[in-house]
Amino acid sequence: MARNGGVAWMRTTDKIDGYDLSTSDTEEVHVLAVDDSLVDRKVIERLLRISSCKVTAVDSGRRALQYLGLDEEIQKKETNGFDGLKVDLIITDYCMPGMTGYELLKKVKESSAFREIPVVIMSSENVIARIDRCLEEGAEDFIVKPVKLSDVKRIIDYTTTELREGEQREGARAKRRGINKRKQREGDDDLSSSPPSTLSSSTSSPSSSIQSATAPSSPSTLDSPTRRLKMTSSE
Amino acid sequence: FFCWEKGFLDAQFLQLQQLQDESNPDFVVEVVSLFFDDSEKLLNDLTMALDQPNVDFKKVDAHVHQLKGSSSSIGAQRVKNACIAFRSFCEEQNIDATLRCLQQVKQEYYLVKNKLETMLRLEQQIVAAGGSIPMIELGF
Repeated sequence: MARNGGVAWMRTTDKIDGYDLSTSDTEEVHVLAVDDSLVDRKVIERLLRISSCKVTAVDSGRRALQYLGLDEEIQKKETNGFDGLKVDLIITDYCMPGMTGYELLKKVKESSAFREIPVVIMSSENVIARIDRCLEEGAEDFIVKPVKLSDVKRIIDYTTTELREGEQREGARAKRRGINKRKQREGDDDLSSSPPSTLSSSTSSPSSSIQSATAPSSPSTLDSPTRRLKMTSSE
Repeated sequence: FFCWEKGFLDAQFLQLQQLQDESNPDFVVEVVSLFFDDSEKLLNDLTMALDQPNVDFKKVDAHVHQLKGSSSSIGAQRVKNACIAFRSFCEEQNIDATLRCLQQVKQEYYLVKNKLETMLRLEQQIVAAGGSIPMIELGF
């Protein structure tokens, strides 16, 4: 199937490939993706693979814990994962039946073996209180759905850098980020708990992952709650 | 394609198309098929749930939330928006309004399904005939 006329596609793929080649000079990042939605699992899996990651996708928090070997009911050695593959990053949906992403986050952060694994939360709802709660519990980042390639790339970039630098400061950093982020939020207006998105996405720019009514005060630099966090962490 | 002009599909769908390449030539078709299966099951569940003598609005809301999520991930904007309205009536526990919403969601779903199927079929035909699919540059 030769799609030689689709120049834009080829260019995009080349760009992605080029990017991947430059970031995956170390070993591949292994991501554990958790989402109860089949559609979302398929999409996140593809987004991660295109970003040169190894992916293990599961459909519940329970299964995620089982995979890590943290499920109390299943006796597993506390080694790095079911099949010996070390997990470098966990990316999980927030709203899931049974165990929520938040509960999964807590369990991971409570475990001595796995608390250093960065956990990213995804949610279709851009609720400040929820974001705060997750960050305070130690989440690395918070992505508003639908997830885009730029979101994934940013996370992977960040994770790869973290892996290289070592994770000693992670606990302190997460706490600090929570405080800094709250301070930053106080400076922003229009950030009271927002209802689910009603904005027509045809008016949003491709780089923006905001789908809700929260308006950033400086649109050019802060176009997503997660990007705000990234800036805070570098302060 | 007409889909974008009438708001049936938003930028997220474009994002999915960008994830398709020669190593994954059927990605969009696969995701869209999953979406169809998932949605039809949810619509059935919703129909049944709203047909009960004592409607469990929490359950209804949970189903709508799921449908909103998957339609958002696919870029089915009108379905997603119909779900948002639906959820607000679930909160109010308004039977009549939620039944109307269900009809609205079904309508939007079948519309976008039709458009997607037509578009994907067209693409397959073009490619089979040795042509190529231009990537639409949209001024989002």
